[in-house]
Amino acid sequence: MENYQLIVIGGGSAGIAAALGAYENGLTRILVIERDSEYGGILQQCIHNGFGLHTFKEELSGPAYAEKYYSLIKDNECIQFIYNAAVTKIDDMTVTVQTEEGLLHYHGDAIVLSTGCRERPAGAIGLRGDRCEGVYTAGTAQTYLNRQGYLVGKRVFILGSGDIGLIMARRMTLEGAKVIGVAELQPYSNGLARNIKQCLEDFDIPLYLSHTVESVHGKSRLESITLIAVDDKLKKIPGSEQEIECDCLLLSVGLIPENTLIEDLGVKMDRRTRGAIVDDTYMTSFPGIFACGNTLHVHDLVDYVSQEGRKAGKAAADYVLHRTKEGEKVENIVSNGVSYMIPQSFHKGSDCEFMFRVNKVFKECAIHVYGEGLDKKFKKPGIVPSEMQKVTLKKQDLEGLKGELNWEVVTE
Amino acid sequence: MNLICISCPRGCHLTVEKVGNEVKVTGNSCPRGVVYATNELIDPKRTLTTTVKIDSKKAVRLPVISSAPLPKDRVMDVMKELKGFEVKAPVRLGDVLVKDVLGLGSDIVASKTIEE
Ligand SMILES: Cc1cc2nc3c(=O)[nH]c(=O)nc-3n(C[C@H](O)[C@H](O)[C@H](O)COP(=O)(O)OP(=O)(O)OC[C@H]3O[C@@H](n4cnc5c(N)ncnc54)[C@H](O)[C@@H]3O)c2cc1C
Ligand code: SF4
Repeated sequence: MENYQLIVIGGGSAGIAAALGAYENGLTRILVIERDSEYGGILQQCIHNGFGLHTFKEELSGPAYAEKYYSLIKDNECIQFIYNAAVTKIDDMTVTVQTEEGLLHYHGDAIVLSTGCRERPAGAIGLRGDRCEGVYTAGTAQTYLNRQGYLVGKRVFILGSGDIGLIMARRMTLEGAKVIGVAELQPYSNGLARNIKQCLEDFDIPLYLSHTVESVHGKSRLESITLIAVDDKLKKIPGSEQEIECDCLLLSVGLIPENTLIEDLGVKMDRRTRGAIVDDTYMTSFPGIFACGNTLHVHDLVDYVSQEGRKAGKAAADYVLHRTKEGEKVENIVSNGVSYMIPQSFHKGSDCEFMFRVNKVFKECAIHVYGEGLDKKFKKPGIVPSEMQKVTLKKQDLEGLKGELNWEVVTE
Repeated sequence: MNLICISCPRGCHLTVEKVGNEVKVTGNSCPRGVVYATNELIDPKRTLTTTVKIDSKKAVRLPVISSAPLPKDRVMDVMKELKGFEVKAPVRLGDVLVKDVLGLGSDIVASKTIEE
């Protein structure tokens, strides 16, 4: 069986960056295994601009970002890609890969998991009514349209104000479909403010906040949906139903990290992120297996995915070349408004970057970080759950800390 | 007037005031916010991203982008113009496919390389 110093599973932005990070830090035998026929992952279907402002100082489309980032490792003899190859199992640092030629096996001294995320399907939200054609996840509709040139509907309603749904509202409008509206269960939008502006308001597409789709109707093809309002406890308000005619319903109701491979291995998972629990080297509870990108926690900016991937690649190289960080780890404890923290634990002794989300909308507030020997506040002008937050603690800040580190949102 | 800057994913909340002949912008985190707000008042523009047909072994659609933002109310006209348009592989990232589309001062450019 062929042995590699590092096996990267998934060749999206996280995987490409992980391969680069590992190479930059001394690895010379790196294998990237990708299920699709090309690299780039989700970026290949995201043809809109909005990628890479931090990394390349220009706003690129998804495919252009992938190509530019990939050019950093193109023709690098230390990094090998295989395509149309899906990893089906990890066992004892050996991966089983399904390919056109049958099953292959590779052994890695380390493994980086960068398999991205998948969309929550209709079944997960308990959509009621008839079983009919015409209900798609927004990402599926995006793949059809942007990669195959196939428009899935002419009169479209969208459930969920996540960015994919908003982007698809504009995209389908440009292609001649009529987008009737977007419903969002929460009283606030889950998408970026810019996407509300340029994807909905520009085309006078109404956004129904505190609304959801009660049921779908149609014999073989979708004919209509019932829209219903919800109260501040998210309970449906009887009598507020309205019937909307449409032939297509897109669901943009959340993304779930893709982790079946490591769940089977018994890797410790975080029920909030639905990804692995990692330390500041992005190593999971399974020594030698690292995770980064959307498989670890769902990101909104590709630049952060690339940064995270590069760091995970470096850490994997350190592990393989026996430069692993020593010493006790500090646990992060989240409460009062902070919904999760990546990494969940960390080593002291160097600067550490923390990424997290809040669980509701806060106006003027501060992120309060405290423990024995450390008490700091980071002022924020206003934060929303849909925007990932980043805080860096300096080595000096962490030196005096004893025991665990607590995180909360405080409003004065 | 309140605006949301769409020039990058950060989406700053801008306040625009007309003081005499000058437009005063606050709330921006970088100079692009001022440019955006000023344009949005006078002549709103949008970058167009879409796909065109490609004759290739590997793909049927090629993602494209406008090299400069187009007047907002002409975006649909450009979509129409690109409807029957077809290119043949190879195409490289950045290749100009339509020069000065509809005379609007912006080119339609490939946003991906498709080799064959
Ligand atoms: C619709 C949408 C719009 C976005 N818009 C923006 C934006 O405007 N600006 C911005 O900066 N960011 C945006 N993002 C965020 C960012 O682009 C993504 O979070 C990022 O590209 C994810 O990268 P990834 O490598 O973690 O995952 P992915 O890109 O999903 O890559 C995972 C890869 O792993 C492969 N894979 C999965 N399982 C296996 C397996 N078992 N074996 C082999 N291969 C496997 C998949 O085929 C895929 O190629 C957007 C995201 C989405 C979904
Ligand atoms: S002002 Fe600058 S930072 Fe803020 S959204 Fe506009 S371009 Fe982005």
